[in-house]
Amino acid sequence: MIYYITDNRNQAIHLREIPEVDYAALYEDLKERLTQEQYHVAHYFARPEEQKLRFYLILLDDATAQIMISSFSMEYYEDIALPSLTALHPALHPFEREITELYNVEFDSMPWNKPLRFAFNRRNRNSTIDNYPFYTIEGESLHEVNVGPIHAGIIEPGAFRFICNGENVLHLEIALGYQHRGVENEFTATDNRLRQMLLSESIAGDSAVSHGVAFAMAMEKLSGKKADENLERERTVALELERMAMHIADTGALCTDVGYQLGQVACEALRTMTINTTQAWCGNRFGKGLIRPSGTNKPLTKEKVEMIRQNVAQIKRRYNEVREDIKTSASLLARYEQCGNVPKQEMQRIGGVGMAARASGVSRDIRSSHPYLAYGTELKHESIIKRQGDVMARLMVRCREVLQSADYIEQILSNYTPAESHLPDYDSPLKEESISIALMEGWRGEICHVAITDKEGKIETYKIKDPSLHNWLALALAVRGEGISDFPINNKSFNLSYCGHDL
Amino acid sequence: MILPKIKVLKSHGWQYIPDLNNVTLTEEFRGRVELSETSDMSDVEAAAKICPTQAITTVPFSLDMGRCLFCGECALRAPRNIRFTNDYKIGSTSREALIVTPQTKSVDFHQQNVRKEIPKLFGRALKLRQVSAAGDASVEMELNATGNVNFDFGRYGVEFVASPRHADGVVITGPISKSMAEPLDICFKAIPDPKIVIVCGSEAISGGLYAQSKAVDRSFLEKYHVDLWLPGTPTHPMTFIDGVMNLIGLKKR
Repeated sequence: MIYYITDNRNQAIHLREIPEVDYAALYEDLKERLTQEQYHVAHYFARPEEQKLRFYLILLDDATAQIMISSFSMEYYEDIALPSLTALHPALHPFEREITELYNVEFDSMPWNKPLRFAFNRRNRNSTIDNYPFYTIEGESLHEVNVGPIHAGIIEPGAFRFICNGENVLHLEIALGYQHRGVENEFTATDNRLRQMLLSESIAGDSAVSHGVAFAMAMEKLSGKKADENLERERTVALELERMAMHIADTGALCTDVGYQLGQVACEALRTMTINTTQAWCGNRFGKGLIRPSGTNKPLTKEKVEMIRQNVAQIKRRYNEVREDIKTSASLLARYEQCGNVPKQEMQRIGGVGMAARASGVSRDIRSSHPYLAYGTELKHESIIKRQGDVMARLMVRCREVLQSADYIEQILSNYTPAESHLPDYDSPLKEESISIALMEGWRGEICHVAITDKEGKIETYKIKDPSLHNWLALALAVRGEGISDFPINNKSFNLSYCGHDL
Repeated sequence: MILPKIKVLKSHGWQYIPDLNNVTLTEEFRGRVELSETSDMSDVEAAAKICPTQAITTVPFSLDMGRCLFCGECALRAPRNIRFTNDYKIGSTSREALIVTPQTKSVDFHQQNVRKEIPKLFGRALKLRQVSAAGDASVEMELNATGNVNFDFGRYGVEFVASPRHADGVVITGPISKSMAEPLDICFKAIPDPKIVIVCGSEAISGGLYAQSKAVDRSFLEKYHVDLWLPGTPTHPMTFIDGVMNLIGLKKR
């Protein structure tokens, strides 16, 4: 057996259960397997284990809800290059780049072996972010446009280098790492589980609930103290509120960038209403403080349930009016339609996830493929899929998801009875020498947290994957051939996280 | 088509907050902390022990809102001693004023620290350049919100601009990653004098969860004078608006 097989609701697994195979065997298997749409790699990383470097690969089977885990090892300073999987399946590029950056492991015929985020603990300290090796093309008719790291608006930093032929973008390369704070290391530097919980809420502030849920799930699988049914439903409501708020914000941003002020201000007001709903529930507009392991400090009361239901119903009605307006405005459609097209095949090859992938017809959605919380039980989730893969498709997926989220919240809360809730658990011992994998679908897409404990049950390795890790490449591909002035709407249509990528 | 637009407009109605000086946030909001001493301080010790950023000192009893992440866990452990109020007026020109003691009934803005030229030059228009230096995007979104249809801080001439050359100051968010230390410095130097520095969010003020991380470089804050400290995780738009209005002389706390 190459893989240990589990699913998203199972407990943590002892490390000795994970098969340790030859890299060649794993390579051969993945070479074939990853050509099928149902498989994709959720995480692939290395970590020092005793005298060796052990690599873990987590493969997801969307058709059967299985999580398949495999591993292989090599000696430190072993002077062999592993044949690159990226060369066959570009989707693996961020993982192989990270492994090379941190451990100097070489991948043979890796096509794009550039630093991923210039982590503080990288091997090659001479490689710094200000001498990022940008791709260049020679030619008299071409020019380069550099944007960043500091951008024009109030957003996070990242460096974009366009190669343009006149007004048209031939190539865009995105250099990230400016936001690197050493998040994964901070998780292992402390035993204070509240501190770790807050770290997870800070991975990407616009996905505080999503990453919070992923951390809480990872801990619950290690402590064995499962969230009760009511808590699972509350978390589902919080997640869908976050999805609504961010999709509405991005609808507004897409209106802003084509100069459509009515859509912009209507969405600003609706987003305010959504995040103020979250604030009235938990005291923070981004839901920080809401998600805690195995319990909650902010249980829903009868009054809060009514408040959320009323607000969500109003937001849904008003947002739907904005949606109808956008769909019937020719001047907006002229900008959004057939702009920034990422075809399905390409999206799949680069391993796109989440709503951006769904807008290109790739049906990746952890809520339906690897159910957790109330998904798959109380909610029979059906993903919203569009085929066009352009800015309009990404906008329409967002629009429909806002309405769907509102329906889900109403469905859960309309027959919700507040019950005795548990307080958060920061003290339960964690299962020793085990690996815990938590998958969830944030508003951007698939989030994967992996925790590995040592002999005392302390977190020894914590790995985080934000959907942005995959999708930044999709943005770079989307703008190829487009006018450079269409970059902003393409960027907003993805709205990717810099800090989630840089960690 | 025009009909859907009329519908959107009708539902949208009026959204702006008419008086930015008269805003009350929900009771749930965690703003300024109130401390009370009791003869038995064991609850506070328990709270200090779990505090993720060591913001609480037991002897003498104080809480540093510049380190606090406003998670509220301490108030649950020591309800007799620590209480979060919905008071968002927590910005100050003095870093020390963010340290709350049992005597603190409101955060002192320390108006005397404001340089004389600031209200004179910027009282009617203040253009700011924001630099996110490993901020987690929540503070950044709240800063964006200060200019939105609800808060509309632009009514007082306070706006964010794209170029540092057009700016009167910089607003820093995030713990300042090593990779952003130099770009931040370059950006600040490009702003013409006189200029102000606003540090926004507990992560920027103290480093927050990343204070000890090897990936941050906070030397900027040692090098330059900070005009305004605005705590919060993230800083609420009203905290920003209140702080800046005090700074440029539009109100006195």
